[in-house]
Amino acid sequence: MTQETPLLDIRDLSVHFHVYGGVLKVLDRINFHVLPGERVGLVGETGCGKTTTMKTILRVLPSPPANIPGGEIFFQERDVLKMSQRELVHMRGQGISMIFQDPTAALNPVFSIGQQLTAVIRYASPENRNLNKNQLRERALQALRQVALADPERLLDSYPVQLSGGMRQRVCIGMALATQPGLLIADEPGTALDVTIQDQVLRLLQNLVEQRGNSFILITHTLGIVRQMTDRVYVMYAGNMVEVAPTRRLFTNPLHPYTQGLMDAVPRLTGGGISEGIPGRIPDYMDPPSGCRFSSRCPHAMPVCSREKPPVFRVEGPADESHEVACFLYDDAQKVSNYKAEAVPV
Amino acid sequence: MSDDVILRIDNLRKHFIVGRKGIIKREPITVKAVDGVSFDLQRGETFGIVGESGSGKSTIAYITMGMYLPTSGTISFNGRDLFERGDRRPLDLRKEIQIVFQDPGSSLNPRRTIRQILDLPLSIDQPEKDRLTEIIRLLEMVDQPPEFMHKYPRQLSGGERQIVAIARALATNPSLMILDEPTSALDVSVQGKVINLLIRLQRELNLTYLFITHDLSVMRNLATRVAIMYLGRVAEVAEAEHFFESPQHPYTQMLLSSIPVLTEAEEALRPAQIRSTGEIPSPVDLPSGCSFHTRCPQVMDHCRHVDPLMVPIDVTDSDHIVRCHLFDQPNGQVQS
Repeated sequence: MTQETPLLDIRDLSVHFHVYGGVLKVLDRINFHVLPGERVGLVGETGCGKTTTMKTILRVLPSPPANIPGGEIFFQERDVLKMSQRELVHMRGQGISMIFQDPTAALNPVFSIGQQLTAVIRYASPENRNLNKNQLRERALQALRQVALADPERLLDSYPVQLSGGMRQRVCIGMALATQPGLLIADEPGTALDVTIQDQVLRLLQNLVEQRGNSFILITHTLGIVRQMTDRVYVMYAGNMVEVAPTRRLFTNPLHPYTQGLMDAVPRLTGGGISEGIPGRIPDYMDPPSGCRFSSRCPHAMPVCSREKPPVFRVEGPADESHEVACFLYDDAQKVSNYKAEAVPV
Repeated sequence: MSDDVILRIDNLRKHFIVGRKGIIKREPITVKAVDGVSFDLQRGETFGIVGESGSGKSTIAYITMGMYLPTSGTISFNGRDLFERGDRRPLDLRKEIQIVFQDPGSSLNPRRTIRQILDLPLSIDQPEKDRLTEIIRLLEMVDQPPEFMHKYPRQLSGGERQIVAIARALATNPSLMILDEPTSALDVSVQGKVINLLIRLQRELNLTYLFITHDLSVMRNLATRVAIMYLGRVAEVAEAEHFFESPQHPYTQMLLSSIPVLTEAEEALRPAQIRSTGEIPSPVDLPSGCSFHTRCPQVMDHCRHVDPLMVPIDVTDSDHIVRCHLFDQPNGQVQS
């Protein structure tokens, strides 16, 4: 593997929320990075900390209650947690753009699409502030054209209520890309849409990311979408990163019992019944288990799992692929060799 | 197929007036939420209705429950007209049909304990019985301990709440259960538990399910027959296996090719050549002819003018019916 400098590098990040009644220890020393031009997926179920992670990167978590007791976030080799307000504005304007789950909530209902788009473009960078009305309008039209919206001229003067859900999400994608960001984050971009419309929007997003060679983070709970759109996947459970692997590898050979349970739980189009899923529920963030946070639901739990937090083991797959898993099952050499024997040739 | 029909829906229509236009005539603007839907439910089967938002699938459920009156058409349950007395449906008919809603967070009263929630239907249906014993029996049926009844919905996880909603629906001993997206609000790791519970209950209590969802993968694993709806009409009905292995209607094919899947075996099932295009038209202003013609990759000229009828895909398979001009229409408009 070539040693590229990551565009985004999160090291040992923890995030706590101070609320009435105690401290919610949500993110627990997570590591995460995105290389330039890489498409990375982040999967996990409701409440596992996916969105908290992304909000921390953008520094948009209200503090209090949020508190960052430890860790570093580097974006373009600068520590986001130490940035001044001015630098943060610059990073949010030109460095990182985000697409949210619900385009209806992401767009302001009382401003026209044109007003919202030009505002985004205008404040993205100091140079853009000197653009005149016509130049701004031209840039806004470009943004709408690249997301394949018909009749962009008329759209600029429309309001969000006049558009369908799919069109609104296209506008949001256009808006996010209008500032030429270095990193694009999409948080459940298709979840609020109908299946056939979701497919259209995701294919558009995929094409745009590929064309522009953008670095891309896709947050979702739908495993099938991650499989379709990313190069590498992180799996999150209860504020821990439990597994990371190249996408193809993760789907053919999941190692962490949680990842295995999750994949097993997804109903298949080929039929064959539905598995029982994973028993139990996500632990209480106020008083998380001192060992592995998945230990109480894990079918392979050992005594050590409830005592110690599992370190990350690097399991080398064939073709130099790096596969990391935070689980004691991969502690001993025998397990690693078992895994190698089962490995699927790539 | 056995001919033991429990529910027969015949040419059901529900039009909502959503506004008026014109200054003098004040012509109504109507949404045809359900527009001429017919199907039968066999006793003991799981009949699935799939469709995107606005296709009318929930409206059918609500009409069957008696929450709306149909604009026209009939629904009969065991041969008895559900609307024989308009919206005054007799109690003995009401108890036979129960529903589980999508979001258990809003379908359970947050200020009542589980015991109170389960007690209400029992107090109407079986006031003379020992209701506490009955509540414990209901909880047992859904694999929950008796202590559960002292909890409030907020103390339960999403999956547990949905299980309570199922127990409540079972309280009156129904023979038909309407499941309106029962797992859409749940995480995938708990969805399996709820679905397997539903499958077990169906077997034990000989229930008939009308299962509504937009998730085709769930449908594949649960339904015996599937109907697909588009803008208030049924586009295709088939046995689940046929439906997924040889989808015929272009919309079904588009829907199947739009689903994100996990394995290559599933990918092989998707008709990849059909790509999703176009927007779902507004239900206020439906396209003329076949309502799918604006998005159909195989659209022909007369699809724009003539509304197709439901026809069997071939003479040998009368259980697989489709509303599309690509198949022989009875009035002589034969297409190759």
